[in-house]
Amino acid sequence: MKNLKKNFAEISRYPSAVFGLFIIFLLVALAIFAVIKIPYSEAVRLWRGGEDVWYMNPKNVPPAWFNTFRKTKLPESFAIKGGEEGFTKTVTPSSPDTAAIDFEYAFDFNYDVYPQELMLYFTSTYQSKNPFVSIYLITPDGEEIRIGDLGISARQTFRFSQDEKLIKRLVREKRNDDPMLGLFSVPETDPPVPQKGSYKLVVNGQTFEADSDINVEFVFHGQSYGLAGTDHARRDLMVALLWGAPIALAFGLLAALATSILSMAIAAIGAWFGGWLDELIQRITEVNLVLPFLAVLIMVGTFYSTSIWTILGVTILLSIFTGAVKSYRAVFLQVKESTYIEAAKAYGASNFRIIFFYLIPRMIPLLIPTLVSAVPAYVFLEASLALLGLGDPVLPTWGKVINDAQSNGALYKGYYYWILEPAVLLMVTGLGFAMLGFALDRIFNPRLRGI
Amino acid sequence: MTIEQDKIQEQLVVADNNKKNSTGALLSVQDLRVHFELRKFGFGHAGYVRAVDGVSFELKHGASIAIVGESGCGKTSLMKTILALYKPTAGHVIFDGKDLSTLKGADLKAYRSEVGFVQQDPYGALPPFMTVQRILEEPLTINGVKDKEERLERISKVLEEVKMTPVNEFLPKFPHQLSGGQQQRIVIARAMILNPKLLVADEPVSMLDASVRVEILKLLRGLQEKHNLAVIYVTHDLSTVRYFSERIFVMYAGQVIEKGQVDLLVNNPLHPYTYALLQGTSDPDAHNATVMKEVPPGEPPSLVNPPSGCRFHPRCPKIIKGLCEVKVPPEVEPVPGQLTSCWLYE
Repeated sequence: MKNLKKNFAEISRYPSAVFGLFIIFLLVALAIFAVIKIPYSEAVRLWRGGEDVWYMNPKNVPPAWFNTFRKTKLPESFAIKGGEEGFTKTVTPSSPDTAAIDFEYAFDFNYDVYPQELMLYFTSTYQSKNPFVSIYLITPDGEEIRIGDLGISARQTFRFSQDEKLIKRLVREKRNDDPMLGLFSVPETDPPVPQKGSYKLVVNGQTFEADSDINVEFVFHGQSYGLAGTDHARRDLMVALLWGAPIALAFGLLAALATSILSMAIAAIGAWFGGWLDELIQRITEVNLVLPFLAVLIMVGTFYSTSIWTILGVTILLSIFTGAVKSYRAVFLQVKESTYIEAAKAYGASNFRIIFFYLIPRMIPLLIPTLVSAVPAYVFLEASLALLGLGDPVLPTWGKVINDAQSNGALYKGYYYWILEPAVLLMVTGLGFAMLGFALDRIFNPRLRGI
Repeated sequence: MTIEQDKIQEQLVVADNNKKNSTGALLSVQDLRVHFELRKFGFGHAGYVRAVDGVSFELKHGASIAIVGESGCGKTSLMKTILALYKPTAGHVIFDGKDLSTLKGADLKAYRSEVGFVQQDPYGALPPFMTVQRILEEPLTINGVKDKEERLERISKVLEEVKMTPVNEFLPKFPHQLSGGQQQRIVIARAMILNPKLLVADEPVSMLDASVRVEILKLLRGLQEKHNLAVIYVTHDLSTVRYFSERIFVMYAGQVIEKGQVDLLVNNPLHPYTYALLQGTSDPDAHNATVMKEVPPGEPPSLVNPPSGCRFHPRCPKIIKGLCEVKVPPEVEPVPGQLTSCWLYE
């Protein structure tokens, strides 16, 4: 405990270490938050979900906070259900069997860019005679534009920009033939200028049966969404950015911990027993050193499984017998000859005890900085594999976001946020561990002190 | 010629020792040979280093002997073989009637708990990452003292014996926080904590300040008397031998060339090498500052190809040409209680 305090005091002397620790602390907090906020099964469901899960989101839009730094403001997305606050639903029965069900929703549109899409999701209950709805949009200058009239089934979707009748009507009214431009522009402007102000969506429904009901959800696909934006499958990137943290940390820490500890133990066993065992370990290491690491991983990923656990296992296996075994062995051979080891032998310490209680503790100061510095390498490895299309098929990770972005031409199409967000997180992770690792190296490796 | 004589002598010594063994000594070393194989390019045989080449002696309960010799004479190899750290190439080490080379597993562990080991470099002998308490606990844990209370009790008892008081103040310290003398006391405490019958001390004071040496030697002497310990004291410094050894064995090139009672040997060295060794002893005498001492010329001999005949002959000032370099000198007893292997007394 006292030792720990002393070490911490020493760490606090290095600003880079404090900064690195701070970053790692933030990442760990982010990871814990992600796991609590979005449970694993939920994260997997969301990330693998299609249109049914993500219909509310626009495609490929940047985060909403981009507006703070933009001159031309991007419309934000929203979705609201009939009956919720602001979206009034009034039912007026006109005869024993029929009723008028009217929805009204007023919303502000003060943006400089047109929305991506407007949609109405109708749900209704009826026996044989289906209800009928008329949709209107009242623009800020008071004009009422008829959007459409349609009979609705139990579940019906109405997309503004894909309705042929609406397009024809807009052209007839000398508006733009793109419904978004036609509906949200100041009339008769060329090029079109967005009309700012309060719009009102009116849905007049008519039912023809007792117990028949209509409900509607208004989905407004703007040009920005949430804290992280969305991808080509309308998925909220935040899910992947949040869940990428625990996965990256778990992968990096587990791989670094397992490889350093196993390398050290194996090097110690080889150095202590010597003979054929040591020779065997050295030969395995030499063979492993010439094996192409990434190529083997890609092979495993392609032909066997891209599960993150398989990849982690293979990574660890291939990383045990590396140069680390050689350098640890060199030091162990030296420590092995210490007189305190001789003394331990003389009072009857077993081989096991000598290796794990006398040899390895001596190396802990060397192990800790190596371990910390090795974490980002494995985090990057996982991301690289994902980028090569060998990421876990189920889990949302930073690498997979970059992979999606790359395969969808994100940079070519200008969706830079799609690549930058996970990339920045990866870089920050690397930076945090590297900064702490360097400082720890200086603390535990006195020869580097003062350089 | 020489080899044949060697063999005859060996057989005589073995026979001699077998007779002695029946007297019930604690430790009996019989014609012990420790050779290390030299390898050429990592494989291929290139000869042997004959670190110990036919050493025999006996040690009774509570008795103490000193093994003296210059660096590289094989005294450390001898000692490590007694500690069962090295395997003898030939000959036997018999402790309490049991041959060391036959001991395995639990028996070997039991033997090791009966032999304490005090090393030369106290700092190196203590694991730097363990506290004093942990250092002293280790031998107890290894040898099956499971009760924590009992362990602590034994630790404080042994620390009091080596005069490391107040005990609680030292328990949480790391070796680097102690002085050289204190470190050596911890090493002695560790050697004593299992209540051994035999203590092997490998130059226990050579790395210490002169002021601390006497204290440590007195401490060892006190422990020996109190616990009826048998002590093997290995040193290159004859001036410290007088403190507690009864008999001295002088080793040269892996062999014992002179042995006898301390007083006899120190006052009247027979073998020219012993004489030279005594000359080299440093005494705090102002006269020494003005006098160049006589030292044997040349280097310690190669243990791979030891000189023929008497191994000291290339450096011997009293060499008898035609005899010393040809024939191995027999062991003779010119003075009762003092044996030497030298042609001068034949």
